[in-house]
Amino acid sequence: MKNFITEKKGILSWLFTLDHKRIGIMYLVSIFAAFALGGFAALILRFELLSPDKILLTAKQYNQMFTLHGAVMVFLFIVPSIPATLGNFFLPLQLGANDVAFPRLNLASYHIYLLGALFCVASIILGSVDTGWTFYTPYSTSTDTAVIMMVTGVFILGFSSILTGVNFISTIHYLRAPGMTWFRMPLFVWSLYATSIIQVLATPVLAITLVLLMIERVWGIGIFDPAIGGDPVLFQHFFWFYSHPAVYIMILPAMGIMNEVVTTFCRKNIFGYAAIAYSSIAIAIISFLVWGHHLFTSESEVAATIFSFLTFLVAIPSGIKVFNWIATMYKGSIDLKAPFLYFLGFMFLFVIGGFTGIFLGALAIDIHLHDTYFVVAHFHYVMFGGTLYAFLSGMHYWWPKMFGRMYSEFMAKIAFWLIFIGFNMTFFVQFIMGSKGMPRRYYSYIEEFQIYHQISTVGSWLLGVGFIVMLVYLIQSLRSKEQAPDNPWGALTLEWTIPSPPQYHAFEKTPVVDKGPYEFGVEKP
Amino acid sequence: MNNIQSLTKKGSFYLPENISANLGQFDILFYVIFWLSVILFVGLLIFGFFFIISGKRQQDDQLAKKQITHNVKLEVIWTVIPTLIVIIIFFWGFKEYLIMRTTAPNALEIYVSGKKWFWEFTYPNGKKAIDELVVPVNQPIKLIMSSTDVLHSFYLPNLRVKRDVIPNRYTVMSFESAKLGNYNIFCTEYCGDQHSNMKAILKVVDSDDYTSFLNEVDFDESIPLSEAGANIYVKKGCNACHSVDGSNMIGPTWKGLYNKNREFADGTYAKADEVYLKESILYPQRKIVKGYQNVMPSYQGLLVDKEIDAIIEYIKELSK
Ligand code: HEC
Ligand code: HEM
Ligand SMILES: [Cu+2]
Ligand SMILES: [Cu+2]
Repeated sequence: MKNFITEKKGILSWLFTLDHKRIGIMYLVSIFAAFALGGFAALILRFELLSPDKILLTAKQYNQMFTLHGAVMVFLFIVPSIPATLGNFFLPLQLGANDVAFPRLNLASYHIYLLGALFCVASIILGSVDTGWTFYTPYSTSTDTAVIMMVTGVFILGFSSILTGVNFISTIHYLRAPGMTWFRMPLFVWSLYATSIIQVLATPVLAITLVLLMIERVWGIGIFDPAIGGDPVLFQHFFWFYSHPAVYIMILPAMGIMNEVVTTFCRKNIFGYAAIAYSSIAIAIISFLVWGHHLFTSESEVAATIFSFLTFLVAIPSGIKVFNWIATMYKGSIDLKAPFLYFLGFMFLFVIGGFTGIFLGALAIDIHLHDTYFVVAHFHYVMFGGTLYAFLSGMHYWWPKMFGRMYSEFMAKIAFWLIFIGFNMTFFVQFIMGSKGMPRRYYSYIEEFQIYHQISTVGSWLLGVGFIVMLVYLIQSLRSKEQAPDNPWGALTLEWTIPSPPQYHAFEKTPVVDKGPYEFGVEKP
Repeated sequence: MNNIQSLTKKGSFYLPENISANLGQFDILFYVIFWLSVILFVGLLIFGFFFIISGKRQQDDQLAKKQITHNVKLEVIWTVIPTLIVIIIFFWGFKEYLIMRTTAPNALEIYVSGKKWFWEFTYPNGKKAIDELVVPVNQPIKLIMSSTDVLHSFYLPNLRVKRDVIPNRYTVMSFESAKLGNYNIFCTEYCGDQHSNMKAILKVVDSDDYTSFLNEVDFDESIPLSEAGANIYVKKGCNACHSVDGSNMIGPTWKGLYNKNREFADGTYAKADEVYLKESILYPQRKIVKGYQNVMPSYQGLLVDKEIDAIIEYIKELSK
């Protein structure tokens, strides 16, 4: 029997496919290439920070390197990560559909992603940008590096994101299988719905901001540049109006995956389905109202106060979700396989990320912590410990479905522990040095911080080794001959009812849904 | 550098020593949030561990012991309690913030100018200092800050305050130190190559020392002119961009500079004599040395003639 991988052969049959599964796989490869690039830059940064003096890089090269790392990780890796890969592959399957609503737009979004990535890589070759991933004016309008090229790349990437969002919203509205009511949808689908709303509404603001930045840089018309009467803080408002909601583009799909994994590996129905579904939408809406918490040190007192309050408001639904997941584990039948380990890792790290967010939301405390390593640690806990962990969890969960092959569980556990220990070693010390006063984006530092930096760097090596182990066992699994079962974990959502890997037309007969996604049974006493 | 107080060795585990006269509660709030977080975190861990141990799957086909999808009481509790805690933290943070942002009417006003990559302070009597902020102890201070190029941010970790420094706009920051000593000042808004070197020292002194600082003549007549120049080279921050050992930094090295032929970006030439050197210091944007950026700030009004003479003497000395 042919599956979607063996259906057609040749590179062109991939590059111009309209199959959401193949597009998902191509995104997976591209996004991990971006992660490898960003990760490599991170290891170099950490290596340079072993000493306050020069080791490998000059100050300017260090600045270019952290900009490269930040921009690649945010725009090329983490924003598209879950929706474009696992979302593309599994959103239609979880709904019982054979493809997304607009397969051609889906392919276009991938090609646009590649084009945007090309511009970003070109900007590295043409004099790597040194503005930080935030492109703050007037630095970005005055530096001599290839800002335009990079900004064009990010501008293009935005369209890829918008197209994915539009596609998902229409798919969810129109392609649900008969009987799949809104409240029978898997929560991963709900989270992608909320994410898509943000992608469609917020990304255009980023696009406009970046166009204004380019106009300012080329013609100097005086919107942002204070030398000719512009307002540099205005840029920050524009920028964060997109980039704060973007944080939820990163975390909402991650939370979605966590629902799938916790229910399957505990054989439990989710605790508080409706609360979780609604809170995703609530987070999506409130996320548009909190951008100002990035500007506590630059804006007026009144604005700071309002934004601080709203920030706390958005923290509450996230907290409730954590309680829901813990409650879901209660009296379950728990299987500690790799995807569930990553779920537990997610809980551990995301909660630390969330609590440190409370420090940053409290006005006075943020004034002290703003732009220090405390913030660097906080967002790595949320993005790496949150989004990336959920992504890894989902990847290990759906790997047998995507490729029909199983990885070595033993190796997966080794990689898990290497990454978990390495991550905490790299980033926990950064909380301490940050609250002690070590500013971020620093090439050099006062000597007393050296020991913290050294611990952090050694941790980053463990992390690197962990990812190499993962790469090895995943590739090994693809080369093995052994066929993975159709439903190795005993999950109940629709994608597990079809063969692994799925056929090109995944559902020969449209499934009819008559119950919720997580209605597991109970052990007889 | 002038034995600055340690950030890591003094103070508590997470915070540097707090020398503020009015923000004592800041550290308490920090640790209240910290311990609340620790308690909740440990609580979650205990529940998690307990559920895993008691629910670990023994056979492949084992199902859950119970299916629970709602519990209104529980859900109300875990929504309301965190909301209350968070509201308390919000108000407390807000209160401290107000203290931080309120300036006492008798505050001493000092002007701060951020330039790539140094801080210039102007005192009420017109005295200027670079990278050295001297203030009397137990006296409210109001900094009126502005930048001449890109964004910077003025950060005093020991006083828990920080404020962005923005071109074409004044921002204000107040503080009051209750303790004598030398403390770190950092720039915390990314501003380019030497961002991490844009440091300064906060010197908290008693009021007599402050008065004598204000009236102190900068220029030391008792030492040879070139030696005075060497001191100014460090004190005024020329060393951030110029080396004296021949190595290239952001600007050209001073070694062997005197009387050398200079080529400029616009293709013209000149000899590096006294006139040229003085012009380069007062109006650096007029002649840009080939291969370098136009980033040197003007020192007009920052260096008196005597000091410029001393620097030139020092450059001559370096060319011998
Ligand atoms: C922000 C970095 C920076 C600082 C700080 C700085 N300079 Fe410069 N300086 C430069 C650069 C870059 C050039 C070359 C471009 C130009 O000619 O403007 C330069 C050029 C010069 C020249 C001409 C050198 C030549 O090779 O022809 C002199 C003299 C000079 N600086 C003196 C000083 C003095 C004195 C100070 C301190 C009071 C100082 N600079 C501080 C960056 C700096
Ligand atoms: C999910 C993966 C990651 C994401 C999304 C991410 C994102 C970011 C972002 C947005 C920045 C800010 C860049 C800037 O200031 O302009 C940053 C900085 C940095 N990251 Fe990461 N990162 C990730 C993983 C890592 C890893 C694994 C390491 C360590 C090995 C690392 C080390 C650093 C370092 C050293 C900095 C620079 C800090 C500074 O100089 O202020 N990051 N990262
Ligand atoms: Cu934000
Ligand atoms: Cu700076």
